[in-house]
Amino acid sequence: MPPTKVDAKFDNEKTEDVLTRAEKLSLSKKDLVEMYRTMIKIRLFEEMADKLYALGKVHGTMHLSAGQEGVAVGTGTVMHDTDYLLNHHRGHGHFIASGADIDKMMAEFLGRETGYCKGRGGSMHIADVDANNLGANGIVGGGIHLAAGVGLAIKMKEEDNVVLVIFGDGAANQGILHESFNMAAIWDLPVVYLCENNQYGMSAAVTRVSSKVPFKGRAEAHGIPGYFVDGNDVLGVYEIMKNAAEHARSRKGPVFVEAMTYRYFGHSKSDRNLYRTKEEIQAWKEEDPIGRFETLLLDAKVITDADIDEIYQEMNQAIDEAVSFAENSPEPDPSDVTEFVYA
Amino acid sequence: MPEITYRQAVKDAMVEEMRRDERVFLIGEDIGTYGGAFGVSAGMLEEFGPERIVETPISEDAIVGAAAGAAMIGMRPIAEIMFMDFILLAMEPLVNQAAKARYMFGGKATVPMVIRMPSGSGTGAAAQHSQSLETILMHIPGIKVVAPSTPYDVKGLLISSIRDLNPVCFVEHKLLYKEKGEVPDEEYTIPLGVADIKREGSDITVVSSGIMVHKSLKASEILADEGISVEVVDPRTLKPLDVDTISKSVKKTGRMLVVHEAVKTAGWAGEIMASISETPAWDYLDAPMRRLAGKDVPIPYNPKLEAAAVPQVDDIVQEIRAIVHNKY
Repeated sequence: MPPTKVDAKFDNEKTEDVLTRAEKLSLSKKDLVEMYRTMIKIRLFEEMADKLYALGKVHGTMHLSAGQEGVAVGTGTVMHDTDYLLNHHRGHGHFIASGADIDKMMAEFLGRETGYCKGRGGSMHIADVDANNLGANGIVGGGIHLAAGVGLAIKMKEEDNVVLVIFGDGAANQGILHESFNMAAIWDLPVVYLCENNQYGMSAAVTRVSSKVPFKGRAEAHGIPGYFVDGNDVLGVYEIMKNAAEHARSRKGPVFVEAMTYRYFGHSKSDRNLYRTKEEIQAWKEEDPIGRFETLLLDAKVITDADIDEIYQEMNQAIDEAVSFAENSPEPDPSDVTEFVYA
Repeated sequence: MPEITYRQAVKDAMVEEMRRDERVFLIGEDIGTYGGAFGVSAGMLEEFGPERIVETPISEDAIVGAAAGAAMIGMRPIAEIMFMDFILLAMEPLVNQAAKARYMFGGKATVPMVIRMPSGSGTGAAAQHSQSLETILMHIPGIKVVAPSTPYDVKGLLISSIRDLNPVCFVEHKLLYKEKGEVPDEEYTIPLGVADIKREGSDITVVSSGIMVHKSLKASEILADEGISVEVVDPRTLKPLDVDTISKSVKKTGRMLVVHEAVKTAGWAGEIMASISETPAWDYLDAPMRRLAGKDVPIPYNPKLEAAAVPQVDDIVQEIRAIVHNKY
């Protein structure tokens, strides 16, 4: 991993033998391949979204997470379908990793009635409340207070699931994190806080705008256990998130994980990357989470080059079908613009 | 019918709904042993325990956010914000999350929560504990705003607010907590969005809410001796607003004065006047519509200044006289 802006030791284990690690984590070869496939699916989905934007088919803005697939898939593989998810604005990967339907996601990008939010939300607000996906958020840190309430309600309803709230390094500097940490800690709420540290809040380098990193110290100050993990190591994320989710699931209270990663695209569509160098981006691409995992899987003969070609082909086809579904879906009727304001 | 206080009506509505529906819970600061800053929840901790009388740290942002989060997954939280002024610390979860989740997610979410907040001046608590901020809340699509004036309305409207599937801001005027009124023993509800004519009259319609209803009724009695017949309309719910009832009243009287404690500029009196000007009642007006509102100042500390900052009974009397005697 290139020198990150955060100088600290990772808490995940590091051995190069992927099969030994997988065995320790109770992951089968099939699981490993599935994780790899999902990472490819996310990457290709976002590249397609970027392309559609360039073609003028997606309007507004979007926040791409390419480079962060290790965090999404390591996390998504751990979480249960019944767990609640509060996602951030750069959340496509997390949705796909949690099992979202890419047809409905793509339709939402294109503002179609068949999209997850019937074209009312767009990329930044994808939600599937019936599946306990409580939405991506356009407000930096906008899920952090909701998480305390979801955790409280889980406890009141005596459900056995947990709530996962994901936010970035930028949101870690919002005051609400302190309020939410405190509430979750005093009430022992089953909240898993995941800070996906991609090292820039828009253009602000995390070390320039944060008093102390890694952020896990802030959680620990509230008596919440904190972990710092290499986010580009999908198995490392899986290992730490598994322990974290288990902590919350066994009703030991809230837990905090910070995953170190990097985004390749700009913050949003207006970004000209003036605040970082091409060399820095390139150095991180050499630590690409998909590339690293692929090498491990090839070396361990879990997959072959032919398998990889097949996976790419299959995923490209699935994404083309999603685009086709979206493009052939109707747009909302303008006369319905005031629908859904009130229940 | 038994007489109870406005404070008791708030409590009775909460207690009855909590007994009826286990999803309902109260969350806020000092609501347990202390009984809430205005004593509204006194005794509820004993009946419902700390699991349902959820005492929080001083974290308004997280209180409203947590209420919204709990509501999104099927609970029915009632959040108490100690003073309406403090809702400003929680505008993000209220405005950006609770109010928008349903729309943003294509109609797939519901956020059934109530935020109770005591408003208004008259306690000597000065600028940061005395505001009437209803208009700010009314401006946000997705939020309902209720502002009752009597114990009867409090109870019926609060029960409806708790059962409503949307975020409802329930504005209680703190000077009214001791006000008494008749409330039936049996269960009843008052639908949101329905105004009530508090006094019938024929010369002028006065639209007012909260404590201003009481001041307007006093002014009406004084004016009755002069032969001026005042109709007092209390919207009770400021959003959605019952324009129809107000419009019918104005058609009958031909004159309208709107009275509120909130400051005048961009206050909801302007909204009511604009709404009436869009209805056929406009053709029935015999005089310009007027508004009497709080002065455009922060609420001052000195009692004489404090009283001067918001409409008083005398101000309402004089304003009605001027309108009825064609002084404008």
